[in-house]
Amino acid sequence: MATSAQLDVKNLSLSFGGLNALSNVSLSVEPGLITSVIGPNGAGKTSLLNCISGFYRATEGSIQFEGKELVGASPHQISKLGVARAFQNIELFSGLSVLDNLMLARHTHLDYSFWQSLVFYGRTQRQEIDNRAFVEGIIDFMELEPYRKAVVGELAYGIRKRVEMARALTLDPKLLLLDEPMAGMNLGEKEDIVRFIMDIKAERDTTIVLIEHDLGVVMDISDHVYVLDFGQRIAGGPPQEVAKDPAVIEAYVGDEVTV
Amino acid sequence: MSRLTPNEALLELTLPQLLLKRARAAPNAVALRQKDLGIWRELSWGEVAEQVRYAALGLLSLGVAPGDKVAVLADNIPEWPMMELAAQALGAVSIGVYASSVRDEVKYLLEYSEAVVVLAEDQEQVDKVVDVRDELPHLKKIIFEDPRGMRSYLEDNLFLSWEGLLELGQTLSKKEPELFEQHVAQGQPDDVCHLSATSGTTGRPKAAMLSHRNYLSMGYALHQVDPIAEGDDYVSFLPFAWIVEQVFGLAVPLLTGMVVNFPESGETAMEDLKEIGPHMMLGAPRVWEGVQSQIWVKMDEAYPVNRWIYKRLMEVGRRAAEYRMRGKPLPLGLNLAYRFAHFALFRPLKDQLGFLRLKRAYTGGAALGPDSFKFFQGMGMNLKQVYGQTETSGLAYVQRDGEINPDTVGKPLPGVEVSISEAGEVLTKCDGVCHGYYKREDEFEEELSEGYFRSGDAGYLNDGGDLVIIDRVGDVMHTQEGQMFSPQFIENKLKFSPFIKEAVVYGDAKPYVTAMINIDPLTVGKWAEDRGISYTTYADLSQNEEVSKLILSEVEAVNKDLQAAEKLERFVLLYKLLDADDEELTRTGKVRRGFVGNRYDDILNALYDRNFDKVHVRAEFKYQDGQTANLETDVRVLEPRGAKTNETVTSGGKA
Repeated sequence: MATSAQLDVKNLSLSFGGLNALSNVSLSVEPGLITSVIGPNGAGKTSLLNCISGFYRATEGSIQFEGKELVGASPHQISKLGVARAFQNIELFSGLSVLDNLMLARHTHLDYSFWQSLVFYGRTQRQEIDNRAFVEGIIDFMELEPYRKAVVGELAYGIRKRVEMARALTLDPKLLLLDEPMAGMNLGEKEDIVRFIMDIKAERDTTIVLIEHDLGVVMDISDHVYVLDFGQRIAGGPPQEVAKDPAVIEAYVGDEVTV
Repeated sequence: MSRLTPNEALLELTLPQLLLKRARAAPNAVALRQKDLGIWRELSWGEVAEQVRYAALGLLSLGVAPGDKVAVLADNIPEWPMMELAAQALGAVSIGVYASSVRDEVKYLLEYSEAVVVLAEDQEQVDKVVDVRDELPHLKKIIFEDPRGMRSYLEDNLFLSWEGLLELGQTLSKKEPELFEQHVAQGQPDDVCHLSATSGTTGRPKAAMLSHRNYLSMGYALHQVDPIAEGDDYVSFLPFAWIVEQVFGLAVPLLTGMVVNFPESGETAMEDLKEIGPHMMLGAPRVWEGVQSQIWVKMDEAYPVNRWIYKRLMEVGRRAAEYRMRGKPLPLGLNLAYRFAHFALFRPLKDQLGFLRLKRAYTGGAALGPDSFKFFQGMGMNLKQVYGQTETSGLAYVQRDGEINPDTVGKPLPGVEVSISEAGEVLTKCDGVCHGYYKREDEFEEELSEGYFRSGDAGYLNDGGDLVIIDRVGDVMHTQEGQMFSPQFIENKLKFSPFIKEAVVYGDAKPYVTAMINIDPLTVGKWAEDRGISYTTYADLSQNEEVSKLILSEVEAVNKDLQAAEKLERFVLLYKLLDADDEELTRTGKVRRGFVGNRYDDILNALYDRNFDKVHVRAEFKYQDGQTANLETDVRVLEPRGAKTNETVTSGGKA
């Protein structure tokens, strides 16, 4: 278990009619590490995550998570296996408070019946309290206390992204997929997100797959980097190697440049 | 259950002895609350005494001996006072370090005090100490309260968690069950128990040595004037390193059974205060000015009808406050109007802020402008000034109910003697005067004058027997013509404007008075956005032409209220906010006028050279992570109308 990859993508291909979003992509993700997937816009990164999450069904290839096949499984089955995702376009309920959004994410941990839910007593009470305690732990971890009761729609963009990440963490996942968590942020906000990502890795032993455009951040914090371009994997390895790879440089810049 | 009421006999006890007495008398009464993970968790006096017991025995296991120093570097958490009491129980001495301190400040205090143990709240605070551990040969252990991020640190023997400390104590307690009580019994009320660093508006901070009697006598004196009931709530959010918070957060609860509530974090403090609705509150002027600004911003966004109603009712409140502050009954018409205003505005407003149950609110640490005073009194809040120095245990003078005057700082507390020196300096003698400065005996001698402590403030006693403070003896300024004025008085008037966050006035031995002003980024930012004025950084906003016009009109309004010699002739809007991290302010928010004057000397020179209407500035900023950025800009010098130079003054400077 320790040596074999936690997530194994083999020869994955995804086509929409004549468009090949992904062609024969293979990569593996080691448990407890930060693995980044980078590449120019349109390279297929989000499509890759969508295949892992189960929103798209790959046309060929396999995705194995801890030995279980994900291709063909439905999104809720995949999330039950311990895969959580923070979306690039925030997928929170903007009319609800931060607390309600996070409590909602715990719905998979509630198994009281409709009739039991009418009265706050017994099993209903116990489970609600347990879930609230867990959610408060996440709020504490992501430093969202001042925003607990705030309506999500009124929050600043940077805070909403943090809530989005908190929502994914509320599922207590083994694998966390982060889709461009730093998009649209200034330096200070980016540093905060990086700090949270490092804390998640250090304290929750969560495996992280990160899609990100800020190459400085990617090279600094990743244990492993994969590069996609035009739906194909063009490089993969430790950050320093990938940075020097001429194919990668060409895909991004088109020229020789020192990174 | 027998209740422990405050009485003089308690003044003969040490703080830990008083803790045990209270824990025995009412073990299940709530002592403190902390908001953690969203809910308020209570600790009773019995539970507090137990934690202190184990912490003390834990410290003993680590080799802490009487006279050793134990430092606390944290935000306001219950473990702070508990660690203090634990150290004091062993005859050790506690010293508080402001949580906002930078590494050099931390190093200075730990080195100066030779602390053997530090309680550092979390990884951030721990790292400040770790960075300089090689320069602290006395340091044996760093104890942390928040385990987050500390997993890897535990491999090093230097670190120990709070739980670990308590476990050590439990082990020792099993072996020697009487040991704790024996140590506590040995304490004497005149033993030094705490070192409190003075705010140091000039030079390096030094620590005043305070005894148990210092704390308890001043806490008791306060209770005699403003009685506190057992179970009254208090929210502790001002830095626990500050002496007044020490008295309010440690001495007063032990004496009276007041409950101390600790908010979840600095950012949530005002929200959490709302949930508690305290009976007593203490704030530095910045806190009160901040609340004022908040209200102002909200009202600015309100419908015109609401704004009109607000203005009219606030006016009623102000008029009523004139009577109430003097303890005089209201005339019938005003009384009815006030009752209506209270029902329609003041009550809900105070409820929104969490101030509804306040019996008394105190302001201290620096002078609060009279306009701010009247604002809160007008709202029906019993806001009063307290005055004192770290060296006199923080508060020696308090305004009495019904004798509140925005220009005074109150009467001496029972047991306090006041005297004014020939030079006009305020001298205080009381049981709260500390035992000297740690390792600086000679410097303390200079501060004493026949048993009285020299405050360093110039002042006088008015006809009513209230003390009036003009300004620091060193800061009272005289213009070139010899007219006396108080820069702080002018600064407070300027700061009453919601658009002005900070002001530093100059003019000593100069032909006219000038100022360096910080605009308030929140209120001015909003003002600019409302008018479609775009801006990028604070520096950009501060030099904007429209903003200059705005502040000019604010300054002109202030000038109208000033005596001729005090009127501001020229001023600049600084391109950066004055900050404690840059040593421009003290940790309690007081401006270091001399330091700022030196740092921005080219601006100061331009203020006094009429040839310049702008100053070219090249500045370097340091971000918190150590990165530097360069800024180059032109700072405009602004001249308000209504200022008069070369005018002789017929009346003296206003107090």
